[in-house]
Amino acid sequence: MRIKDHPILDFPQGKKVTFYFEDQVLEGYEGEPIAAALHDAGIRVLRESQVLHRPRGFFCAIGNCSSCLMVVDGVPNVRVCVEKLRAGMTVRRQKGKGDLFASN
Amino acid sequence: MRQTNVLVIGGGPAGLSAATAAAQCGARVILVDSSSRLGGQLIKQTHKFFGSREQRAGTRGIEIARLLQEEAEAARVEILPETAALGLYSDGVVTLEKNERLIKLKPERLVVATGASEKTLAFANNDLPGIYGAGAVQTLMNVHGVRPGQRAVMVGAGNIGLIVSYQLCQAGVEVAAVVEAAPSIGGYAVHASKIRRLGIPILTSYSIKAAHGGETLEGVTVWQLNEKWQGIPGTEQVLAADILCLAVGLTPLTELLWQAGCQMEYIPELGGHVPWYDENQQTSVPGIYVAGDAAAVEEASSAMVTGKLAGLASAHSLGLCPDFPVLGEKVRQELTQLRAGPTGEKIRKGLGKLRARSRPGAM
Repeated sequence: MRIKDHPILDFPQGKKVTFYFEDQVLEGYEGEPIAAALHDAGIRVLRESQVLHRPRGFFCAIGNCSSCLMVVDGVPNVRVCVEKLRAGMTVRRQKGKGDLFASN
Repeated sequence: MRQTNVLVIGGGPAGLSAATAAAQCGARVILVDSSSRLGGQLIKQTHKFFGSREQRAGTRGIEIARLLQEEAEAARVEILPETAALGLYSDGVVTLEKNERLIKLKPERLVVATGASEKTLAFANNDLPGIYGAGAVQTLMNVHGVRPGQRAVMVGAGNIGLIVSYQLCQAGVEVAAVVEAAPSIGGYAVHASKIRRLGIPILTSYSIKAAHGGETLEGVTVWQLNEKWQGIPGTEQVLAADILCLAVGLTPLTELLWQAGCQMEYIPELGGHVPWYDENQQTSVPGIYVAGDAAAVEEASSAMVTGKLAGLASAHSLGLCPDFPVLGEKVRQELTQLRAGPTGEKIRKGLGKLRARSRPGAM
């Protein structure tokens, strides 16, 4: 859900790009945080907690709290609230701590 | 290894002001910030600031961020965005990460202006996606142009809670209610009036009992609190909401100061653990200064002034800024004025406690 008419702000958007979330193909703007593009697509569950397997979303949006860790292009523990979107990225929900040694 | 006179960590209102002040005194200054856009949390502040001309009253936060950056650039501060400070070592070396490369830097003076992070609140299901810090929602809406959901409940009627509620409306989100545990509204009357005029109820002496939902937030149960801040059974109300914003205060980001061995004190009025510092913002470790929310959670206007003070003091300690005895006093008076009146009571109490703690090395 993008904000279209705002009384004070306007939002110059970058280039529209395609990326992959789980098995879906999504669109977002290049350079915006991955979490913003996911939110626009209505995706708010970003990972699963380690012990109780509970769904987690983002909390702080500025890279402080680590609530939004996802697996991006095979790399776990990426803070998607600050990681910039690029064309062709593969974004997956992270389960628990994520596996540093998984090939993807 | 790179060297510089002054390194400033953090490019928000405090850090930018510190860097500009030190550079204007003739110091060689490097400023690092972990994000790509400077200004800290000012970049999402669409409201106009209060206060006096020195603190840019009447100007929107986003505009202040731009002005502060321009001033730093004009003063020839070397700005390194997307650069995270990783550690402060006992030999004075600071490690930084930029583009996945490690940079080692040895500054003669250091100003830590790392800001603060949002606090959370304990209630059932408080980890459901859809529950955010109020500042996070502000970032998503005002910086990235994405609407966080359809219907929100705000916890906290301090200035942040009130302002973000208004901004949610501006972004086309319905605000069901503002819930405040205290018996009265903490924020300025002007902000509260704007919310009330929109027909949004402000429920004082109310808190969150529980959040509900499957995979994401669907609603919250609020209940009234008694004079002991305990929930009163039978007063529960269920509000449908897919957004719950927590505006329940901030706590200083002080990891680097702990690592540097600064004497730390727990002062709830200042936001939690803060470093001990003197009247010129210098911590117990000589040469390390602190400014802004990392020193005490306050307004952006005070952050600019504590930053300026730290910048001038650090330059003075390097033999620059000969006018510091006069200039420093003027800046300290500016701070006293900002903290005057009933809104500054908490910060005055906190700073009083901090100053009363034994001075490092005086034990």
